[in-house]
Amino acid sequence: MHTVIEARRGFARFELRELWQSRELLGFMTWRDVSVRYKQTVIGVLWAFIRPFLTMVVFTVVFGHLARLPSERVPYAVLVFAALLPWQFFATAFSDAAGSIVGNGHMITKIYFPRLILPLASIGVGIVDFAVSFLFLLLIMAGYRTAPSLRIVFLPLFILLCGTFTLGLSLWFAALYVKYRDVRHFIPFLTQLGLYVSPVAFSSTIVPSRWRLLYSLNPMVAVIDGFRWSILGTTSLYVPGLVASIAISFLLLGGGLLYFKQTERVFADVI
Amino acid sequence: MRAVITGQGVSKSYRLGSQATAYNVLRERLAEAVRTGFRPRNTQADASLFWALRDVSFSVGEAEVVGLVGKNGAGKSTLLRILSRISQPTRGRIDLYGKVASLLEVGIGFHPELSGRENIYLNGAILGMSKREIRRKFDEIVAFAEIERFLDTPVKRYSSGMYVRLAFAVAAHLEPDILIVDEVLAVGDSAFQQKCLGKMRSIRDEGRSVIVVSHNMSTISSLCQRAIWLQEGMVKATGPTQEVVRAYLAEGVQNDLNWTPRHAVTSPFEYHSISIIRGDTGIPSEAIPADAPIDVVFDFTIHDAFPARRIELRLMNDAGDILLTTTSADSSGHTRHEWQRGRQEFRCRIPANLLTPGRYFVSVTEPYGDYDILRDNVLTFTVTEENSLAARDERQGKISPILEWTLTPAATTTNG
Repeated sequence: MHTVIEARRGFARFELRELWQSRELLGFMTWRDVSVRYKQTVIGVLWAFIRPFLTMVVFTVVFGHLARLPSERVPYAVLVFAALLPWQFFATAFSDAAGSIVGNGHMITKIYFPRLILPLASIGVGIVDFAVSFLFLLLIMAGYRTAPSLRIVFLPLFILLCGTFTLGLSLWFAALYVKYRDVRHFIPFLTQLGLYVSPVAFSSTIVPSRWRLLYSLNPMVAVIDGFRWSILGTTSLYVPGLVASIAISFLLLGGGLLYFKQTERVFADVI
Repeated sequence: MRAVITGQGVSKSYRLGSQATAYNVLRERLAEAVRTGFRPRNTQADASLFWALRDVSFSVGEAEVVGLVGKNGAGKSTLLRILSRISQPTRGRIDLYGKVASLLEVGIGFHPELSGRENIYLNGAILGMSKREIRRKFDEIVAFAEIERFLDTPVKRYSSGMYVRLAFAVAAHLEPDILIVDEVLAVGDSAFQQKCLGKMRSIRDEGRSVIVVSHNMSTISSLCQRAIWLQEGMVKATGPTQEVVRAYLAEGVQNDLNWTPRHAVTSPFEYHSISIIRGDTGIPSEAIPADAPIDVVFDFTIHDAFPARRIELRLMNDAGDILLTTTSADSSGHTRHEWQRGRQEFRCRIPANLLTPGRYFVSVTEPYGDYDILRDNVLTFTVTEENSLAARDERQGKISPILEWTLTPAATTTNG
């Protein structure tokens, strides 16, 4: 095995082989974050369910019952919970992943490993939480006697889209955070505001059609619509919005990877 | 001997200021970009650049243990970080042949909430072991760390000694071709330090190469075949350990007759100073004739009830050999002694005519909590050739005490 260490300029290389060799480490880091998350808690992993559940209750009461927004012929609670699944995944995984480099700064300055492992592990934790709350969605739907649509076979594609967008945005912010601590203040702001801007508490059908494309520049719009479309069988898909979402997500991911690899060389020096 | 590490012209610069504040604020960067008209900064002429390493070239052979010595800020840690691929050199190139493991700190990634068992797997993976490898060595690691009973206890409940033992145990079971070690041996009690040193020797004997940083010259001397002395980011000297260590000690340490702890530790045991005094005159003196006793005076206060313990003193010559270890409990015949409260003074007398002319270094321990902090090379003094029998006759040997020779005439048996 021959390793060369020298000053690298220009574009960084993607050491895919190295990343693949570190897959066990990724597994361990994910497992560490999952198990630490629920250590010394009484109800443990139930927290993954309680947060979206209570949000659902509040949104259903406020938007469904008080504001009487349209519910696309499914119980309003189910409409909200189906959207909360991808939203919770995005919000948790993004805040964790964006803070993962600075949060593990001590490791960064003491040992080498592919730095991508850290944000990827945060995404991994998000996936575990997602799986738990997905089971609860099925329970809630059963409670409301709502059967899942057959289109559910397409759900993995929307999960993938959600993951792509989340990872892409996270990589940007994780790398920016190392240099600019402003990011710390920006992250909660973005996830709080995003919750109301994205169609989580309401159906995107209430957005006037001439604003629809502009509205869909937020990739989470297509993700949430896609979730409702494939699980509940409501909401016809708005194709231009979906295309925009896919394009933006993959551009973000590509750019995020480039920027992350480009700046990771100096992580240990500036952290 | 085949070289497994070669470094050519390795340099590393940091930008001052951004180092000090550790991070930028976006606003400042934007303001600066506007001011400089978005021109890339000229790194060559930039006065705020600090070169932590300048044109460092070196090589390490197979099965060779090389020590890295130098004062704080000489660039040792920077070089280790570059070797470990944590940060990039600004210029230059390093070639490493073989699997590298670096131990800049033990227990990286340990999580206090996780159990010892869980942390072994996690830390092993971070150090680059596969799950199968860890499983295979698991029992060995646990035995080495001596934590069998606490395997399923969260490490936050471990004593600091147990924590360090576990952390080192995982690292000790790595099987790299090249091992890079920072001052990790400075932790733990002395029995455990010996165990670690033994482990490092066996790593060398297995044909692996080691680069080790230590401030402890006796560690360097006993472990390394060769040493590299870094000063202000440049290689000042390189060669056989004894020569480099001697040169480094001769220059590296200031003449300090009086040592005061830099950081006041909040402990019931507090040193005010430790100083060297010529025993027969009672005058602090840097150069002491060979036939004068030397007193090391410990001025300290016991603020509170403090468990029975002792102070240790080690004396080292300029070749890095520890000549002797003595403790404040020795004359009592016990291994420890009780403390009285209040300010007091311990005086340790090194007898006249014991030492050969040369430079000497004093290390002392500071009782703290459950263990002792080793304060390495806090004092130095010189024994001059004046009235020295060893110098007069150019005698061999590391010490030159005047021993008792007794002459007894041959017994003539006279039977009345």
